[in-house]
Amino acid sequence: MSGIGTGYDLYPTTFSPDGRIFQVEYAHKAVENSSTAIGLCCKDGVVFGVEKIILSKMLVEGTNRRVFSVGEHIGIATAGLTADGKRIVQNARQEAKNYENFTSDIIPIHVLTERLSIYVQVFTLYNYIRPFGCSLMIGSYDEEKGPSLYCIEPDSVALGFYGCAIGKGKQEAKTEISKLKLSEMTCKDAVKEIAKILIKTVHDETKEKEMELEMSWVCKETKGKHKLVPKKLIEEAVEWVKGQENEED
Amino acid sequence: MFDLEKDFLYDLSKEVKTGTTVMAVTFENGVIIAADSRTSSGSYAVNRVTDKLTPVQDQIYCLRSGSAADTQIISSYVSYYTNMFSIEEGSQPTVKKAAHMFREFLYQNKQYLHAAIICAGWDPIEGGSVYSLPLGGSIVKQPFATGGSGSTYLYGYCDMNFKENMTEEEAEKFVTYGITEAIARDGGSGGIVRKAIIDKNGVRRKTVYGNKLKKFWEK
Repeated sequence: MSGIGTGYDLYPTTFSPDGRIFQVEYAHKAVENSSTAIGLCCKDGVVFGVEKIILSKMLVEGTNRRVFSVGEHIGIATAGLTADGKRIVQNARQEAKNYENFTSDIIPIHVLTERLSIYVQVFTLYNYIRPFGCSLMIGSYDEEKGPSLYCIEPDSVALGFYGCAIGKGKQEAKTEISKLKLSEMTCKDAVKEIAKILIKTVHDETKEKEMELEMSWVCKETKGKHKLVPKKLIEEAVEWVKGQENEED
Repeated sequence: MFDLEKDFLYDLSKEVKTGTTVMAVTFENGVIIAADSRTSSGSYAVNRVTDKLTPVQDQIYCLRSGSAADTQIISSYVSYYTNMFSIEEGSQPTVKKAAHMFREFLYQNKQYLHAAIICAGWDPIEGGSVYSLPLGGSIVKQPFATGGSGSTYLYGYCDMNFKENMTEEEAEKFVTYGITEAIARDGGSGGIVRKAIIDKNGVRRKTVYGNKLKKFWEK
């Protein structure tokens, strides 16, 4: 099989003649194969939502986690190879703990993001370890600085976002997100909007099996602690989305 | 009889310590720190004009007592790390952060070190703060702290004369008289009184020379 990168795509240690590292680009493809995750930076916090495809009726609800806590105040949502995501989260947890031990302060989100970015980059340098096949969204809420949302891709580029989507349906999701007025939205509203985007826009009911919504937030209401959104709220959001569908029909 | 080997050279072979008196006190606008200026090696005064007021950051100082070598190396480590962290975070380091870094070094290496530090300074979040880090590597935040061999002579003086939120003048008097008294009573302390006033505008250093030190009760 020959593709665009043939000959230059065996190792991350080879540049192609047009200056690309194909192994890193292929890592992006791994992320694009996974189901979508959305992060929204609202006026009082950050909300994450993940579209989880239910692969089998035998799977327990809530298993196959895609959002994780780092320390108490930072949340990370992953898309791509979940195992790779978990590895980076382990590293993040270690960084956060070391920082806290050394300085007695909780790690600021931009410091953690920078360190994870450097960590991810290391894996794009050598031919004996592969790049991570996952993107991460990192979110936190601070009383003084307000909410922050960052996204790290497999090439280690970390950017700050108001709203972000990663995974299969990220293009459609980003279009929908750009229509929202995020600076005026509360986290409770964001839960509904994310549910709407994931259920209606991104998830294709004909092609794929059922989906499960995994949502988490870190906001004023949770006093800056990263927690899963209460099940009741998610159910209400799903009901609301169904109601919207009926209206439009 | 003076025996060259027993008296003089024996002293020189003893570790250089800062047998010392240091004080730090918070006042309404920040902190004032003060120290004597004697570094001794046994009974030989290696340096009679030592500067024990060591800057860690622009507005964070530490007062060193115990082994001179140990305290010097640790304060340069903390200075390095607070610099790196403040560049990473894009903000001025807090006294709390610097003090906890001191604690980490002192505690993790406690079997090798003989060092006690008082970390004091001003930051925009807490204002003036004083942290005491005694020999074992514990950390205590206090309104004022004393340290070194001469501090034993100051417990009564400090307890009776300290007030919260003193004016700069009152606080300056408090530390100057304290160090003066300790110099008078403690053999390990002597020389001049070095002071630094740290507030939101920065650091102002002052010195009180030996002949200007106030004389308290003495015949």
